[in-house]
Amino acid sequence: MGFLDIRNVTKSYGAVEVLHRVDIAVDEGEFLVLVGPSGCGKSTLLNMIAGLESISGGEIAIKDRVVNGVHPSKRNIAMVFQSYALYPNMTVGQNITFGLEMHGTPRPERDRALAEVAKLLQIDHLLDRKPGQLSGGQRQRVAMGRALVRDPDVFLFDEPLSNLDAKLRVDMRTEIKKLHHKLKRTIVYVTHDQIEAMTLSTRIAVMNKGYVQQLGTPKEIYDSPANLFVATFMGSPAMNIIPAKLVVENGRALAEITDAGGKPLRLGFGAGNYSAWEGREILLGIRPEAITDPEGADRNSHNVQPLHNMVTVTEPAGADTFVTMVLSGKDVIARMRADAAVHPHQPFDFAVNMEKAVAFDPKTGDRIQA
Amino acid sequence: MSVASQDTAVSTGRITRMLIYLILLLFALFYLLPLYVMGVNSVKPLSEITGGNMMALPQEWTLDPWRSAWSTAQIGVQATGLKPYFLTSILMVVPAVVISTMIGAINGYILTKWRFKGDTIIFGLMLFSCFIPFQIVLIPMARVLGILGLAGSVPGLILVHVVYGLGFSTLYFRNYYAAFPTELVRAAQIDGAGFFRIFWRIMLPVSGPITVVCVIWQFTNIWNDFLFGASFGGTTQPMTVALNNLVQSSTGVKEYNVHFAAAILAAIPTLIVYIVAGRYFVRGLMAGSVKG
Repeated sequence: MGFLDIRNVTKSYGAVEVLHRVDIAVDEGEFLVLVGPSGCGKSTLLNMIAGLESISGGEIAIKDRVVNGVHPSKRNIAMVFQSYALYPNMTVGQNITFGLEMHGTPRPERDRALAEVAKLLQIDHLLDRKPGQLSGGQRQRVAMGRALVRDPDVFLFDEPLSNLDAKLRVDMRTEIKKLHHKLKRTIVYVTHDQIEAMTLSTRIAVMNKGYVQQLGTPKEIYDSPANLFVATFMGSPAMNIIPAKLVVENGRALAEITDAGGKPLRLGFGAGNYSAWEGREILLGIRPEAITDPEGADRNSHNVQPLHNMVTVTEPAGADTFVTMVLSGKDVIARMRADAAVHPHQPFDFAVNMEKAVAFDPKTGDRIQA
Repeated sequence: MSVASQDTAVSTGRITRMLIYLILLLFALFYLLPLYVMGVNSVKPLSEITGGNMMALPQEWTLDPWRSAWSTAQIGVQATGLKPYFLTSILMVVPAVVISTMIGAINGYILTKWRFKGDTIIFGLMLFSCFIPFQIVLIPMARVLGILGLAGSVPGLILVHVVYGLGFSTLYFRNYYAAFPTELVRAAQIDGAGFFRIFWRIMLPVSGPITVVCVIWQFTNIWNDFLFGASFGGTTQPMTVALNNLVQSSTGVKEYNVHFAAAILAAIPTLIVYIVAGRYFVRGLMAGSVKG
């Protein structure tokens, strides 16, 4: 039993089911990120935890108390909204203490809590301002202050950073992470940004079309995606998906693909029993950073294989250089060191870290477990 | 607006500009002419008007017509002037405006933030009430007032105007609150505020502009209404009915100067509402519209 239990929860609007039997147990102090494209049901699930949307099936429990019919204000949760939802007619101080006031906390106690939170978030000097006079980052802090001051069991964040500009977003991301380290509170955080999901979470639930596609630590999600959706959604640039044929030679599984010229190439998988798939079509998944120049290859890997192919385009991005080539008729992106000696329209010796390669069933899109 | 002259989108030459001002000035004079006639003739002795000098300034200034219109003119059977009717109008308009605006605000709040099944149909029906001509409801309304025992009384008139005004006030507030972020209401819910608390503490404080619009609209309509006043007023008739009785009375000399003064008296409250509230209205509309 977790601290926050989501048990077989479904959500329907009329006959349309938008959330299908979601089952997640969140431990105390965990930072769970719900990530997925728009319309995947992540915000709906968050609103159901908050009590802003009714639960069509299953149950949600906080600290072993089923809260299905409990009013949002009685669930002991706090929520930070995408638009911050600061009350425009109240000062920052009033905004932060409004919840305490509604819960009948006496004035001196409210003031003490406000001072504490303001200090923590470094907004002491803003307390008398109205939200309209604040910058985006300041509003964000006030919104978090409003959540923190209540000292709730669970914090809910609904895409809190998506209204900020790129730089501020990274800063606030770090800030939220620091806050979590310091306060060790249970957080459920919704975002469509996979980098936010990877950096902030202790666990990620990747959602699509109302289903939880995979639930796991950031490393599990990134290295062992359960299916094609998770593989391509998480990571930027996305994982390369290359149509291949599985052949077995001397008991070793190899993925047969073609190079830019149409010549067949073979890349051997590491350990694992792929015999059931012998001679069948598979989809080979390789992350861009697993394809490098030979010098840049992962030294700890036991299975780095050479690959000779024509380079289509190089894109220097400062820290990295992205190199595009064609494999099995598909564009494949490799991520290299900035100083890799690679030039467009010339052949190049790539190094593929096959230890990190995964294979998918082309029909179902599920990962082939080997 | 005076602000606009400095940065209109199209800059014009001096001659064009003068031409525009000239035309505008002429229009302004044309529209102000009736007011001028009313004002000038209300401070003249009757003999000067009947003498045929309607446009001229008075040779002898007098406030007697105003005094007469206010307190001694013969209206109906009694020489009471407009005073008691003015009072009736105030007693009718103020509660009617306040009640219809308040209910309209709560309706708008419910229809946008506490949506329920069939809310659009209900709103559609309320909207429809804006387009029902007054005449259609006269007889049913008379019956309802009779049953309630409110016929011929100020509360009866208030009820009629509240019912009739609700369609508009609901429309105003619904459309205003539709643009109001629902996340704020949700945040307040999580903070523990209830239905009315959210309305008082979150919604109403930002409803200034639309409240002013609604009040102007309701005040003008209810103050200027004649049909309901004449039909349901009974002995407690509002200003408009009294003015009509004064001007239309067929016995004795027609005291035009008194009529003019009475007409201005009848128009003054709406003028005041426009001038006072209208400024807040424009200010309120401008406040949030431009980011800066």
